[in-house]
Amino acid sequence: MERELNLVENEILDNELQKVSDFSDLSPWEIVQISRHSKRPILQDYLSLVFTNFVELHGDRFYSDDKAIIGGFAEIGKHKVMLIGHNKGKSTNENIERNFGMPKPEGYRKALRLMKLAESYNLPIVTIIDTPGAFPGIEAEERGQAEAIARNLTEMSILEVPIISVVIGEGGSGGALGIGVGDRILMLSNAIYSVISPEGCASILWRDAKFAPDAATALNLTAGALLKHGVIDQIIQEPLGGAHENYEEVADSLKKAIIKNISSLNTLSAKELVHNRFMKYSGIGAFLTN
Amino acid sequence: MAWYSNSTSEKKKVKKDLWIRCSKCGSHVFISNWKENLNVCPQCNYHGSITSWERISQTFDDNSFKELFSNISPVDSLKFIDLNGSYHSKIESNIKKTGINEAVITGYGKINGIDAVTAIMDFRFLGGSLGSGTGEKILLASNFAYDNSFPYIVFSASGGARMQEGTLSLMQMAKTCAGVARLKQKKIPYISVLTNPTTGGVSASYAMVGDLNIAEPGALIGFAGRRVIEQTIGEKLPDDFQTSEYLLEHGFVDTIVERKDMKDYLSKVLGYYNR
Ligand SMILES: [Zn+2]
Repeated sequence: MERELNLVENEILDNELQKVSDFSDLSPWEIVQISRHSKRPILQDYLSLVFTNFVELHGDRFYSDDKAIIGGFAEIGKHKVMLIGHNKGKSTNENIERNFGMPKPEGYRKALRLMKLAESYNLPIVTIIDTPGAFPGIEAEERGQAEAIARNLTEMSILEVPIISVVIGEGGSGGALGIGVGDRILMLSNAIYSVISPEGCASILWRDAKFAPDAATALNLTAGALLKHGVIDQIIQEPLGGAHENYEEVADSLKKAIIKNISSLNTLSAKELVHNRFMKYSGIGAFLTN
Repeated sequence: MAWYSNSTSEKKKVKKDLWIRCSKCGSHVFISNWKENLNVCPQCNYHGSITSWERISQTFDDNSFKELFSNISPVDSLKFIDLNGSYHSKIESNIKKTGINEAVITGYGKINGIDAVTAIMDFRFLGGSLGSGTGEKILLASNFAYDNSFPYIVFSASGGARMQEGTLSLMQMAKTCAGVARLKQKKIPYISVLTNPTTGGVSASYAMVGDLNIAEPGALIGFAGRRVIEQTIGEKLPDDFQTSEYLLEHGFVDTIVERKDMKDYLSKVLGYYNR
């Protein structure tokens, strides 16, 4: 079964990698710019293009409702799922209201509440990742940003329903991973996923943020590099020029990829899912043994 | 995510090999007194950094500690090069400087007669940063605790995830937490000891999800860097922000324990494990 899935995936990947080569002249820093493009489709666009009947559920039951992460029941194809994702905006007003998609602890706690609900209702979970990072502010620290993310990583690793995580734009460090412990990690071809922003990395290791393009290269934050290093499982090809050039086309590819992964994960028992997830994360990393 | 300053000024020698200057209060302390006091300042109680091996001898019964997974060391798989050269050369110089292969020592032993598995981070090694090898050792040690049903204690001292390993290091947060989750499922005790500093990706993973979170006094503990927050809000932060005492007040650590009392405290609370 697993072997068959791998074969199917490899087939998809071969096609996609072929297409990727059309853009291979893009530098990592150019890809960073595309991933942050002001016209790039965000979760709100996919809510209607990929999913139907979104039933938003609010609040973490402790403190408030964080608008930087939204979630609720939704349908994709014939599947009913729990949909959770970072909620960036396009206009200034939207971005202020949604804190630029940078969650506070209550956002991660809402996400966990909904994931537990999904487990209880036996629904696959789809998480959509698109954040510059978790919000760096006094109130976030005060209310336990570190604890909220850490708890999600711990709890997600043993959730007994399928989890599919898709990076659609910016995968900003722990703020992204906080809802990203998926059985499958998918990435749009011009999305990025990084341990630190290129600017942050440059200001520490190059002592000047203007070296961000060098840091972007060094960090291996593109979908192609991450597939090669075994961090992600699949690349979803964007239209020529980037996702912002054709919303319908990218939405269609995204929808097909999510459905395919739900279908294959649905064949596994809860026990198999949790075991496979543990083995997946156990296997990520590169080190020497002697 | 990884951020740390090179403020190991307690190690700056004022007179060669004789004195140590406390980086908090500025007092000059005889090195022999400093060591005798477990690297804690006798004047102001500042808990200075200690090596993993010093921590092991302070925590485990004599001759009881056995090291595990010492064969794991970092590799520069991304061929990461910054202003100061390659990650590869940094790995080599850090191994040479510290005599250890990774930013954590793992093993097991007895604490006042109680069996425990441990992972002890060492801030000297690349700022205690969480790389793939670090995460691997912390996971393997938790698996060892799981298989033997021994309590697991992690001492954190880290600036966060290791930038030079890119997203591979980020994923170590998920990997180590997956190990912790298994311990919780099997109801095996997991205690996190947070020492100065425990920040970024380490605070946002295994360090913050202990059954008990125990902090040393005055440790810097938090997710986002102080400078980043100050830039975001455009004002100075209070001095006690992100200290052990601040976390205790806000409900994120169970207690603050001085270094000299840590061993007895650990064995005392493990004594309540009634399975
Ligand atoms: Zn002092």
